[in-house]
Amino acid sequence: MILRSGRWRCGWSTDFRDISCQAARSSVRMFSVLKERVGEILLPGDEFCCGPQDTLPLTDSGKSERLVAGPGLRRSGDRLLVSRSGVLRHKEPNKFWIESQQRRYVPAKGETVIGVVTAKSGDVFKVDVGGSEAASLSYLAFEGATKRNRPNVQVGDLLLAQLVVANKDMEPELVCIDGSGRANGMGVFGTGGLLIKVSLGLVRRLLAPRSDLRADLEQLFPCELAVGMNGRVWVRAGTVQQTLVVANLLQSCDAMTAPQRQQLFRRLQQGAF
Amino acid sequence: MLATCKHRRHGFLRSDIKEYTRETVSMKDTPLSNCERDFILKAIEEKKRLDGRQTYDYRKIKITFGTDYGCCFVDLGQTRVMAQVSCELVVPKESRPNEGIMFFNLELSPMASPAFEQGRQSELSVKLNRQLERCLRNSKCIDTESLCVVSGEKVWQIRVDVHTLNNDGNLMDAASVAAIGALCHFRRPDVSIQGEEVTVYSPEERDPIPLSIYHMPISVSFAFFQQGTFLLVDPCEREERVMDGLLMIAMNKHREICSIQSSGGIMLLREQVMRCSKIASVKVSEITELINKALLNDKAARKAGGRCGFAESMPQERITALKTDQTAVEMTDVGETASSIVQTAEAPPQTVPSPSVPVPGVGQVGEVLRNTWGLEEEEEEEEEDGGESSGGDSVEEVTKMDVEQHQGDKSRTVDVVEILDSDEEEDEVVILYPETTKKPKNTASSSGQKGAGTSRKQKKK
Repeated sequence: MILRSGRWRCGWSTDFRDISCQAARSSVRMFSVLKERVGEILLPGDEFCCGPQDTLPLTDSGKSERLVAGPGLRRSGDRLLVSRSGVLRHKEPNKFWIESQQRRYVPAKGETVIGVVTAKSGDVFKVDVGGSEAASLSYLAFEGATKRNRPNVQVGDLLLAQLVVANKDMEPELVCIDGSGRANGMGVFGTGGLLIKVSLGLVRRLLAPRSDLRADLEQLFPCELAVGMNGRVWVRAGTVQQTLVVANLLQSCDAMTAPQRQQLFRRLQQGAF
Repeated sequence: MLATCKHRRHGFLRSDIKEYTRETVSMKDTPLSNCERDFILKAIEEKKRLDGRQTYDYRKIKITFGTDYGCCFVDLGQTRVMAQVSCELVVPKESRPNEGIMFFNLELSPMASPAFEQGRQSELSVKLNRQLERCLRNSKCIDTESLCVVSGEKVWQIRVDVHTLNNDGNLMDAASVAAIGALCHFRRPDVSIQGEEVTVYSPEERDPIPLSIYHMPISVSFAFFQQGTFLLVDPCEREERVMDGLLMIAMNKHREICSIQSSGGIMLLREQVMRCSKIASVKVSEITELINKALLNDKAARKAGGRCGFAESMPQERITALKTDQTAVEMTDVGETASSIVQTAEAPPQTVPSPSVPVPGVGQVGEVLRNTWGLEEEEEEEEEDGGESSGGDSVEEVTKMDVEQHQGDKSRTVDVVEILDSDEEEDEVVILYPETTKKPKNTASSSGQKGAGTSRKQKKK
């Protein structure tokens, strides 16, 4: 199975904020409190205080630990507030975030997305990425493009591109090259194949380093997938039927637990479809 | 097509604009990429549809009725539409003094799709409204002369409002089914004339009367692709975007064509149109059966005094508003799992305890409100007519009084109170009239309703 996409974790790097609490001991306390609740479902309104504590273990080293709070966690003074509902996750050494499920995409810098070209105006393409505004993509932001050598992009084409500017005040901007000027899998694609829309959680599961879902899909039949962090997945398999099967599988896997999904895949392998 | 560089500096090229508008991309809706369009067309050439249906298959249709007479919800796959019928006494038209008036209105709500704008009469909205009117009014499915009360002065005006709640293609068919379902379900107040006086009875005084409907016209849509070479019944939204033209045939089950309309400017052969009308007659008879069955179910539910209305018939889903029943679930050992859960769950209380009245105007039956979120574990959803349910369901709480209004009971004017479950989020409005004189009656009648309450619990098992 060929998988095309960018690294997904870098998309969240701007959302991770360092939290170093003033009091050294209390930050350690908050760290341990958070650590205990990893894997639990939290709701907006839950909070973690690092106020002065009455009893502290004497074996505290006293060094301040920096806590990195990711999406879904917000700092407000001394407290850490939860602003999204989801599961609390932890990555060594000190990153915490809330993994939530949603379908609506909000453009974030550094994420690789699949966009549809909606207009060509002058030397800029307008690309729809599923956000509130269409993103702009300059025609020079392709590998090997110069003023005389324009890329062959038509209205309605699919592109894999990376967001370089994405905040709430400005129109998002895309590029199809990476820092060193190489395409790295990005650009126009998609002759044949089907584009489907899934939830953002499924996309992250597909792109995770050791993904069960990808492993299951690999067992089925050879196919090509392009995954955009905006919830769009492009699928192409050998025949139309196989493409439809994979597309429908992905859309139904969204709401299934792992055992249910494996049963479904097993039935498929036995030739139910 | 490409002009010289000088023109490019001025923004859009004329050809770009033409291409842009030919695509008919709405400003807010996601544009359809060329890749998707090509794929859908290729798949249709191989006789494959995106969701695995056959060419002549309809999506799953689900028809439910609300608590008021004349409210009908129709689910056609993911397309969801609601129709509501209401009536009013008005002065008739001068050209037809002894006929009632029918008024149809179809609204494309922004809930249904980002492409629909509130208030703006888009082309699609005009087209759908016109089609609905032709289908229902010109076919004379309703006897308008029976709606006359006093000739030349007072007639009933029947108003059908159809609202689209979600658009996944084929709004016309869903709207026509909803409209005719709502009209069949509707009951108008009874009227009596004594000399010059006209008395309109409220539903409590006399039973409301159904409208007299001659036949049920239902529309069936056919989408054409590749200049009429391929046709599909009941197109979904993506297929609608790619189609060349649409043929809509409205028929009733007696094989009478009520309206036939072709849009998109495709050329159709005579054999194609004949074939489509034959397919339409088969589909229409199936859908008419469905509507009649749904009406019968609703009538039986109301008569039995059980809960009726769309809150009852919605499967117990908490977060999602649309059903997704495309996923196949492995069911080999469901029987044993279910029975083991039922055995380990605690038994529900056998009798509804007598109500207590803490404060005048408020009644309470059962235990104190308890959070039942943790008990919500449904394996697969079953419809309202019973089936297996997981253990969480058996611990239901009746927290308010359940007083049903019997249709034929004229002696007792009891106020209708809807029963509420604490775990139902689609709550109907609870109308508990704070009249102290009614309280003893209510307590008496609630004990009489114990049977209904427990019979429902047994039904759920």
